[in-house]
Amino acid sequence: MIEVKEVTKYFGSFPAITDISFTVERGEIVGFLGPNGAGKSTTMKVITGFLPPSKGTATVAGYDIVSESLDARRHIGYLPETVPLYTEMTVREYLGYMGKIRGMSSDRIRSRTGDVIEICHLEDYYSSIIGKLSKGFRQRVGVAQAIIHEPDVLVLDEPTIGIDPIQVVETRQLIKDLGGEHTLIVSTHILPEVSQICERVIVIHEGQIVAIDEPQNLARTLVGSERVDLQVKGPQQEVLKELAGVDGVRDVSRINIERGEIPQYRVESELGEEIRASLAKAVVDAGWELHRLNAVVMSLEEIFLRLTTEEDDGGGEVAG
Amino acid sequence: MNTFNIAWKETKSYFGTPAAYVVGAMFLALTGVFFVAEITSPFAEASVRGIVDWAGFFIIFLAPLLTMRLLAEEQKLGTLELLLTSPVSDWEVVLGKYIASLLILLAILSVTFYYALLLYVFGSPDTGPVLSGYLGLILYGAAALAIGLLGSSLSSNQIVAAVVGIAILLMLSFVNRIGDLVSGIAEQIVNGMSMTERIADFSRGVIDTSSVVYFLSLAAVFIFLTIRSLETRRWR
Ligand SMILES: Nc1ncnc2c1ncn2[C@@H]1O[C@H](COP(=O)(O)OP(=O)(O)OP(=O)(O)O)[C@@H](O)[C@H]1O
Ligand SMILES: [Mg+2]
Repeated sequence: MIEVKEVTKYFGSFPAITDISFTVERGEIVGFLGPNGAGKSTTMKVITGFLPPSKGTATVAGYDIVSESLDARRHIGYLPETVPLYTEMTVREYLGYMGKIRGMSSDRIRSRTGDVIEICHLEDYYSSIIGKLSKGFRQRVGVAQAIIHEPDVLVLDEPTIGIDPIQVVETRQLIKDLGGEHTLIVSTHILPEVSQICERVIVIHEGQIVAIDEPQNLARTLVGSERVDLQVKGPQQEVLKELAGVDGVRDVSRINIERGEIPQYRVESELGEEIRASLAKAVVDAGWELHRLNAVVMSLEEIFLRLTTEEDDGGGEVAG
Repeated sequence: MNTFNIAWKETKSYFGTPAAYVVGAMFLALTGVFFVAEITSPFAEASVRGIVDWAGFFIIFLAPLLTMRLLAEEQKLGTLELLLTSPVSDWEVVLGKYIASLLILLAILSVTFYYALLLYVFGSPDTGPVLSGYLGLILYGAAALAIGLLGSSLSSNQIVAAVVGIAILLMLSFVNRIGDLVSGIAEQIVNGMSMTERIADFSRGVIDTSSVVYFLSLAAVFIFLTIRSLETRRWR
């Protein structure tokens, strides 16, 4: 549905994004994740045809975004970062106008407006002046205009920014529901959001893609290590030494330091090794008590920090 | 179709917001004052020359004030991003907005017709110059609005947009002052470029085809420049 090939975008001589390539299949929900200034919005502006790429190509629904721009744009619904609203219009007028300039007939606009209002829970604000709505409701109006013409592709730039936690939950649900019919690209720098909404994550950092994967796989494939936590009753220094000696183990560290408790250790190992059995064996062979042993799924926050803070990747202690 | 939709939306928003009324009222008040001054002067004649000349002068300010919002506000609100990612061509956006501003200008100018009616009630003006004078005003206005629209495309700040438009219009209107300093071909060129020289002909009852072409091409050129300016906004 969306195909981006080696897209680079310069602002002056500054490359906001470099060599971005990815594809999105029909019906997929893909998240763009990255810190401020990573190039998420710039990528979206290229996909939606607002900014032409300096290099590379992008197609949406099979149409080139530059040479067949109007055709491509017909298939896109877009919510830019700064929710663009005509503040003096009512919600109804605004949706009607957006429908019109996307080539909808008056009849279709009428029936579709009803649906969209329901989907976005705007029933009580149908005739309100947009300028008088709260931020959260403006955001919903923004989403409503993006879906009014039932586009195949929906591009939402930080759809949950600046709205209260309850509305955030609702908006996320709304986005998930939209995923059924539309192909979705959602950008965010809020990590849990990505794992909640998206089937696939594209991590962008300093204008480049550093990872594309399913949220739960990011840890494994990206960081290139697996983690196991274990609780062992035994002399600390020796336990540390013993665990470090197991084949495939990269790093071992103590993770609790409270007195009286049974010490816990965190082991980082190579990917794909069946390390848990070997660890258990090592502990038991040494004659210590193994109280607990479990694999740890890295949180997205950690992955993110690892991916984006180059200087800090020497495998030091990451607070759990 | 898109052009029509955009023109319709803009026309409605002219009537829905106070700005156009305020600007229009000022324009009418100023032209009214100068009209009265003109016909109560000792050598007054029953002609629309006073209205046309003064209205022409004030259009230099009226047109950019009417057009300043059209593209500047879209840039400021971010709605231009929506418009330009919708299946709408850049020229449809520009033309739609231009048409809306033209309609409002015609509405405002039609109110000044009241002065002309007064002339008919209290005197017997030549109908020829009345009609040609208004034709001239409309053509002049059409060119001025295109210039104002270019200003609006250049900035997201409405004030800046208006100032740019007014500056271009002042230059184009009064280049004939340079004409007084030069002579020969240069003088002719400079006078030919001047909008005031041209409008003066119309108010005397002379419809010069070259002047009609001049105003229309001025409008076309500036509409074209506005479209280009919108296109290059994407490349920046
Ligand atoms: N119009 C522009 N002119 C010049 N530089 C720009 C422009 N737009 C973006 N940039 C630069 O490009 C880089 C990427 O910006 P972009 O807006 O894509 O980041 P982002 O990932 O969306 O960040 P955020 O999370 O803050 O929205 C930034 O360094 C920004 O300063
Ligand atoms: Mg952004």
